[in-house]
Amino acid sequence: MEILRGTSVAPGAVIGEAVILEAEEYRIPYRTVAADRVDDELKLLAEAIRNSIEELGKQAEWLNTHLGRDAANIFDWHVGVLKDERLRSQIETLIREKHAATAHATSVVMRNYQRRFLQMNDPLLVERIRDVQDIERRLLRHILGESREDLTHLSKPAVLIAHDLTPTQGAQLADTKVVGVALDVGASTSHTAILLRSLGRPGVIGLNDVSIRVSGGDTVIIDGSNQLVIINPDEATLNEYRSRQEAFVRFSTELDALTHLPAVTRDGHRIELYANIEFPHEAKVGASKGATGIGLYRTEFLFLMPSGAPSEQEQYEAYCEAIRGANGRPITIRTFDLGADKYTQQRRFEQERNPMLGLRSIRFSLQNLDQFKVQLRAILRAAAVGSVRLMFPLINSLMEFRQAKMTLYDAMEDLEDEGQEVRRDLAVGMMLETPAAAIQVKEFCREVDFISIGTNDLVQYVLAVDRGNEQVSQYYSPSHPAVLRLLRDVLRACTRARVDCSLCGEMAGRPLYTMFLIGIGLRTLSMAPANIPEIKKLIRLTSLTHMERIARRVLTFDTERQVNNYLRDETRKLLPEDPI
Amino acid sequence: MSTAPSEAICEVAVPNREGLHARPVMRFVDLASRFRAEVTVSNISGSKERVDGKSAMQMMLLEAVQGAVLRIEARGEDAAEAVKALAALVSKSFGMYAPNEGQAASNPPGGPSDP
Repeated sequence: MEILRGTSVAPGAVIGEAVILEAEEYRIPYRTVAADRVDDELKLLAEAIRNSIEELGKQAEWLNTHLGRDAANIFDWHVGVLKDERLRSQIETLIREKHAATAHATSVVMRNYQRRFLQMNDPLLVERIRDVQDIERRLLRHILGESREDLTHLSKPAVLIAHDLTPTQGAQLADTKVVGVALDVGASTSHTAILLRSLGRPGVIGLNDVSIRVSGGDTVIIDGSNQLVIINPDEATLNEYRSRQEAFVRFSTELDALTHLPAVTRDGHRIELYANIEFPHEAKVGASKGATGIGLYRTEFLFLMPSGAPSEQEQYEAYCEAIRGANGRPITIRTFDLGADKYTQQRRFEQERNPMLGLRSIRFSLQNLDQFKVQLRAILRAAAVGSVRLMFPLINSLMEFRQAKMTLYDAMEDLEDEGQEVRRDLAVGMMLETPAAAIQVKEFCREVDFISIGTNDLVQYVLAVDRGNEQVSQYYSPSHPAVLRLLRDVLRACTRARVDCSLCGEMAGRPLYTMFLIGIGLRTLSMAPANIPEIKKLIRLTSLTHMERIARRVLTFDTERQVNNYLRDETRKLLPEDPI
Repeated sequence: MSTAPSEAICEVAVPNREGLHARPVMRFVDLASRFRAEVTVSNISGSKERVDGKSAMQMMLLEAVQGAVLRIEARGEDAAEAVKALAALVSKSFGMYAPNEGQAASNPPGGPSDP
């Protein structure tokens, strides 16, 4: 039994059979075989080894001819490993004695070796992991045949283990029997994490090397509430989790009962709990969790699909679907916030050295006006079917906002010239997510129709921490007094100017911060749908007076630790058993 | 009448600058595999774990840098021969820089280029 610690993206615990998502999406279908199949499995192994060696031989020959001996040498050791009798007998022993399936046995043995290389001091030797992984993949390819089973063909609950997940892969999980996810990489506000959270299945990320430590078919527990992944748990642990699973199901059912109740404090103040969505169909999911609107529709996920940039019509249809899903309730559509994520970075000529500070988001849009206008047109046309607001991300100066608005007016004019009816009174606002925007909030209040605070990016810029870098994730915390003070100041300005202000960062969905945020004046919080019921539960248990008192107290603290301890204690008083 | 298997042991230091990387490992393993005796190797300057001298994978795990002392043990009929040959190979830098080897020129000593 092995216990790994990471960062949680979604609470709850699940037990499942591991499915490893390789870079080429191989999946080891089963762990053991019937006794009478053992001989077949041994033959399969022998054949796979033979074919792999042959294949390597051909590749080495090609390399030798075209690039010379040195390049071909790379494969000498690979061939040596494939011919390694000791290695082979280790795999065969697993097959014979444990009736392991060839693929599983191979994976277990190869991963054991990978782990040992990981522990080496010599960095060149550590690199051997890549070779061993390569050899493993080659063998698996021959063992499993070219058939790459995709996740939609899972027959029982599976836990997905991978190095990383592309947005496409994450989006596809919704229709599968994947009940939990564990990833090597990822910080809690990256696109991947957002996706996983919206799936509502327990997830733990930032585990570094879980994809090497787990072999396909292993039993794995994903404990999103405690940020743990347990590989091959012993009987006692399994039993404990089984009973915990039951408790969690009960807890979720209890929360579901709140769906149709309003988020009203004990002293009668109503708080709007909205949903953040990435895909049009999630609008309905939000409603099912009790969202009274969509506070943030992240349109960039349309661009992260493998089919490439969507046309105006495709965008229009997606936006319409989302708006209809909102069913008359308000929906705020945000224009593309792309550029800093690795998917767009990889498609660039030259990767930026500092993507977070680079050509991203509204800056990117304003330098790609054709594409920007296409999106604006699609949103404007779709706005006719519902209660839509439009929001620009990462606005950092008044000029930027004015420019974006001008482009919007241009698009409006074009549409009107084409005979389309356009709502000139469309509410246009901004995401407040940079220090400059926060400092100039009063000036912005005069020009925008509304403000939504994007704490994900705001925290990273204010604290000078890359939210995507696991190595510094401990420095990224919304509890930092500087952040809290800034939020208070922004709210103060918006309240005075009577400008609608909401918050749509991950902070909104964390019970720990609810009382503070409402206490400083927020009345609309937008979050992943899965978080809505618990936040609602908390709001209904307390009064605005109490929350304002909490906020005042929090603002007297100097350190993150004091803030966290205090908020944790106060929140626990209202939600004693809930996994915070 | 059974013959007790003979045993032989020898210790030799790794002279190569880049230590026991892919090419030295393969040369060692290829040579060791020619003998019938069981061959085990341990890095007494390092982890001291005994690995199978005929296993390309395990030999790589020795993490033997330049100057590390390898303890080569053999057990079986040709144990003495095996140990002698293997020790000689190691002490001659695994035959990588011998002037009569045609490949020496294309494989100059120097760490990272050795895959």
